[in-house]
Amino acid sequence: MSAEYRLEMKDIKKSFGAVRALDGVSLQVRPGEVHALVGENGAGKSTLMKILSGAYRKDAGEIYLDGHRVEFSTPKDAKDLGISVIYQEFMLAPDLTVAENVFIDKLSAGGILIQWSKLRENTAAQLQKLGFGDINPNAKVSSLTVAYQQVVEICKCLARETRVLVLDEPTAVLTFAEIKKLFDVIRKLKSDGVSVIYISHRLEEIFELSDRITVLKDGGYVDTVLTSETDKAKLVTMMVGRDMKQMFPERRAKIGEAVLEVDGLTSGSMVRGVSFKLHAGEVLGFYGLVGAGRTETMSAIFGSAAKDGGSVKFFGREINFKHPAEAVSSGLGMLPEDRKKMGLLLSKSLRVNTMLASLPKVTSRFGVINHSYEKKIVKEVLDSINTKYPSVDHDASSLSGGNQQKVALAKWISADCKCVVFDEPTRGVDVGAKTEIYKIINSLAENGVAIIMISSEMPEIIGMCDRAIVMRQGSIAGTAVEKGYLDENTLIKLAMGVS
Amino acid sequence: MEQREFVTKAKKIFVEYNTYIIFVLLFIICSVLSDQFFTEMNIRNILLQRAAPVCAAIGMLFVILTGGIDLSVGSVMAFAASLSAICVTSHGWHFIPALAAGVVSGAVFGTLTGVLVAYANMQGFVASLAVMTIARGAAFMITNGTPIKLARGTLNILVDRAYFFPIVIISVILIIIFILIQNYTSYGRLVIAIGSNSMAVELAGIRVKRYVLSVYMLSGALSALGGVFIAARASTGSATIGSGQELEAIAACVIGGASLAGGRGIVFRTVIGVMVLALIGNIMNLMAIPSYPQDVIKGIIIILAVLMQLFTGKSEKNV
Repeated sequence: MSAEYRLEMKDIKKSFGAVRALDGVSLQVRPGEVHALVGENGAGKSTLMKILSGAYRKDAGEIYLDGHRVEFSTPKDAKDLGISVIYQEFMLAPDLTVAENVFIDKLSAGGILIQWSKLRENTAAQLQKLGFGDINPNAKVSSLTVAYQQVVEICKCLARETRVLVLDEPTAVLTFAEIKKLFDVIRKLKSDGVSVIYISHRLEEIFELSDRITVLKDGGYVDTVLTSETDKAKLVTMMVGRDMKQMFPERRAKIGEAVLEVDGLTSGSMVRGVSFKLHAGEVLGFYGLVGAGRTETMSAIFGSAAKDGGSVKFFGREINFKHPAEAVSSGLGMLPEDRKKMGLLLSKSLRVNTMLASLPKVTSRFGVINHSYEKKIVKEVLDSINTKYPSVDHDASSLSGGNQQKVALAKWISADCKCVVFDEPTRGVDVGAKTEIYKIINSLAENGVAIIMISSEMPEIIGMCDRAIVMRQGSIAGTAVEKGYLDENTLIKLAMGVS
Repeated sequence: MEQREFVTKAKKIFVEYNTYIIFVLLFIICSVLSDQFFTEMNIRNILLQRAAPVCAAIGMLFVILTGGIDLSVGSVMAFAASLSAICVTSHGWHFIPALAAGVVSGAVFGTLTGVLVAYANMQGFVASLAVMTIARGAAFMITNGTPIKLARGTLNILVDRAYFFPIVIISVILIIIFILIQNYTSYGRLVIAIGSNSMAVELAGIRVKRYVLSVYMLSGALSALGGVFIAARASTGSATIGSGQELEAIAACVIGGASLAGGRGIVFRTVIGVMVLALIGNIMNLMAIPSYPQDVIKGIIIILAVLMQLFTGKSEKNV
């Protein structure tokens, strides 16, 4: 008798110290189903998946695989049972070839020597099956694009028997075209009977791809629904218990003088003649596909990348920042897109992080820091943007993703910048925290700060920006003007070069 | 339940103060093993002996905090010691400008390493390895390979009881200064910040390269000072002194809980790390253990001390 469900997790409980991370969560996945798992950050998705992958041990509850009760305590146990998890950070060895990575745990296949030709053939066959015959099994993984690396990661899972495949935010780093290809792969897996658990913050994808959706909230189970019987608004309400309309709060900012005037900016091969104007109190969106040159444009202005040509005026004065230090002291800040790598010192205190760009403010002659004054400022700034933190001396890593991002933002608020570039300010942040970040951006704009918001999320550009510039292949493809008239069609057409 | 609470508390205390606990335990063990240990003369000897390593270890700590390493410490000591000795003996300088000359020469070597690391993107290991060879060679060149005997009343004033052992006083003052620098200045904070994520610091508008350059310069100057201390104690400036001192300094930092990946380390703990190594060496001398087995034992104790750090560091996360 075959069981109705491929995977059944029943009443799973898990606590970390006094914190209850999972409080009786259940999940049922059918064979050949794409099952989406949604919820805000901290809702318990990752914890649940870590229990499934054997990385954590559950405190209570039962797991059934094809109707049989299973128990596992190490990641290897889970793998042997056919459960594979692909995390946001890939587990690939970048200096090895594709074939070596795919068969990393059974290179010699029981023998003593590696049969290279067989290894390559098997890898090529596997790739072919997924529709990626153009990936060379002999290529070094580090030479592949992120999207192809992800395919290799999936291949690696399929090289051993996989019954349940978990994909954790797989599209966060992919371009539009790459996402399409990934979806094709997922559909192929589905038709082969693999059960896919799909975790994503992007609701559009979930509606495009999934059969059923399970919603978690604050470590508890909310509901499992058929995708065809629900919509975004209902889903968001289930996730956060609030309305989607409240997502983009009102802004009453007065648009003033020109702050930043860029004319014919070129830098490397990614920025080829970019011109635009930004005004005080304005939120200017930069939309485009990944690799369109948006971040590179801003880096060239900010001084973290070399500027090759063109002119940049800041408050009417011609500037040419050679180092971020010059930009920051002139009042220009930039929130980088990769919070963990570039935006925060995770192992350092909130105090250190918040004051990083404005230390001179609390430092006397001889570079001595006034600790009590500093503490006061840090508290003020963090409280003003509603950050939840135990104390200013706690490490940034102890906060949730959304609060971490607020700390990264706090750095620029405390530096009293007159113009701030936000590069993907809400990436990897849950719905509730997104709204809070929008509020912060709004209040900055209301105080006359000129703001550039780079984003790959269209609703965000449409909901937040006064104007939006669309970039494609290093130049400006078009400017969509006026809030309220920005629409998805125009943006995507401009971004993709479809007229 | 209460007992469990007590255990967690004890664990926490142990994690927080493990370097100090190791030191106190060693101190007690030493006192038990030899009745010559806790005597005025022996303690004074230890302090005089460790003035130089303390200077080198503080410099090394600042380099390690940024995520770098400085292997040139021992050679720079030798060069500075030789240079100061020459200034005093051949040129008749007063010992204070001679000492200053030594320190400046160390800062120059450190700057060389620092420029290579910060601006030529060389790894600290490689750049300081090259400078280590250069400094040692240069020391042999300026002394022609012969030790320079120092006359009474010159550099040895630095170890004179009549002046309350200046090298000990200087090192204590340096320890205090660097504790203050680390805890109360933006320099101290940014050095640690750079070690924990240099890219984020750079993007916050800090000129990271200047700080990286500065820590190597500091390490060079402090090692040079240590080198002159050694010359003062031995009444001899020689191109052979200081060998292995870079490793002692690294070991002291690590025993003190510093992370070689950068971003973690405390000045006072590093000083205790130096003293831990001092006690190990001292007690073995008092017990007349021959020098070759001494090295083996010392190595084993360093491994144990660091394992203890790692072990307690790991449990820190679970507390």
